[in-house]
Amino acid sequence: MNNGSPHFLAGGDSAIFVEFGNTVSLELNQRVHNLKLAIQRQRVPGIIETVPAYCSLLVYFDPLQIHPDKLRQTLRRLVDQPQESTISRPRLIEIPTAYGGDFGPDIEFIAKHNGLSVDEVIKIHTGTHYPIYMIGFMPGFPYLGGMSPSIAAPRLETPRSKIPAGSVGIAGTQTGIYPVESPGGWRLIGRTPFRIFDPSREPPSVFQAGDYLKFVSISPDEFASIQAKIEQGTYAVKLNSI
Amino acid sequence: MDTLEIIHPGSLTTVQDLGRNGYQQYGVPVSGAIDSYALRLGNLLVGNSEGLPSLEVTLFGCRLRFLADATIAITGADLSPTLDGKPVDMWNCTTVKRGGILAFSRLKSGCRAYLAVGGGISVPVVMGSAATYVRGHIGGFQGRALRAGDVIRTIRFEGSIPVARIPSGYIPNYASNKIELRVTLGPQDDYFTDNGIRTFLNSAYTVSTQADRMGYRLNGPRIQHRAGADIITDGIPLGAVQVPGDGLPIILLADRQTTGGYTKIATVISPDIPLLAQAKPGDEVAFRKVTQDEAFLALQAYEQRIQQLAKLLGPDTVRFDNV
Repeated sequence: MNNGSPHFLAGGDSAIFVEFGNTVSLELNQRVHNLKLAIQRQRVPGIIETVPAYCSLLVYFDPLQIHPDKLRQTLRRLVDQPQESTISRPRLIEIPTAYGGDFGPDIEFIAKHNGLSVDEVIKIHTGTHYPIYMIGFMPGFPYLGGMSPSIAAPRLETPRSKIPAGSVGIAGTQTGIYPVESPGGWRLIGRTPFRIFDPSREPPSVFQAGDYLKFVSISPDEFASIQAKIEQGTYAVKLNSI
Repeated sequence: MDTLEIIHPGSLTTVQDLGRNGYQQYGVPVSGAIDSYALRLGNLLVGNSEGLPSLEVTLFGCRLRFLADATIAITGADLSPTLDGKPVDMWNCTTVKRGGILAFSRLKSGCRAYLAVGGGISVPVVMGSAATYVRGHIGGFQGRALRAGDVIRTIRFEGSIPVARIPSGYIPNYASNKIELRVTLGPQDDYFTDNGIRTFLNSAYTVSTQADRMGYRLNGPRIQHRAGADIITDGIPLGAVQVPGDGLPIILLADRQTTGGYTKIATVISPDIPLLAQAKPGDEVAFRKVTQDEAFLALQAYEQRIQQLAKLLGPDTVRFDNV
């Protein structure tokens, strides 16, 4: 694990990047989440919000409440003196997903492209705990790591103009979930009835950066029954600590 | 209280406040007024606390009818506002009678005007803010830009209207077609050649037609990278000057995406963002480097001036802080 001192990079007068390294790795990403948690726990006055990314944390602050020099000192202290209580404890969130058919029109392509059966694709896709490195690109969109390269596939040559919310797709060696209806070029393999992002919920995203996701295969009937429960407000997503 | 009815929304009219903080970690942009200076002063002029929701009116064509008596102030761009056909004094407090029709017919200078209403506009608060993020259908009036027929509610105004006039030094001049933006270098200035940095700091750029609430794409000399424009995706501060592979800068504003994978050569300092927010396609933009200390002092001076104005305009402003 890299315990080196982070770099501070200026983001103008009211934001600062704390950069732990320059590679995509779970170790660096864990340090990002630990610092984020430490800032939340300490309630550092003058810090407005933080944005975790792969290997850096962007800290927004009010320089009239906390001078930039003081902020740097505080951040350095939080990094150097980690407390047991500020080591982020990831959760595992189960995403019920109906594979194939109208839910995942590209699953046969993925299978053929990789010399697999559709069942094998599902087995591989549901067999991994995917770390959420960060959320970005659009509201609620998780950047997931850890997909098996054995089900990788190129993006569509012509993106679809409308992809339903909850669609699960593959692009290159990445897998992801569309949080809201949008255009996109990912190969679609399935869909979850669960709304991973809902502006009226607090917090609006069911997971946060640092958590893990697991896809669980469900039948079209189960999709319908979960969807009905969601509409009645009686569906609870499965969260486990790991 | 139903106060405003949109007769015609014009190019783009949205409800904005000072933005949505705390949700970028979930990928939700900050949004809010892109000329926050004009929004803040508008609120102070009508006796509100400075961050209350107001209307951001873009370019021209917006017409609205008052369904109740109201106190208003129009700040920001001069879009030739008229009330029942007579010109309205901008950067000043105006009382409007029920039935009055306010129109923004012609663009004179700048491109975004702000309409503050005494008491503030009332829309459901979404993730702590009234700001509209149109692309994500979040916040504001039903998550969207205003349309003809929309009726906007306001909070009943119970304060007293400031009697002092705004000193003329507080009114920005948007008439110039050239602006200079102060920047601090970084976070990724080391991804550019010395030549690239010189090009960025010594060239005149022009605002392209791709300029909106998300960001302003500029045209001009290409900025040279050392070895490629891609970085490992990280956060994007307000005013970040992103330079993708084509070497042309994009300044990212209120509706910017929360994270991105292109190099950021510099960041426009906060007090200069409102200047850019009023620039139009074709306007000239130059960048001037300042140190972190200079940027801090500039922000301190800017905020002090606004607080002085708040004091000048009367103690009643304090009463609305918790509305």
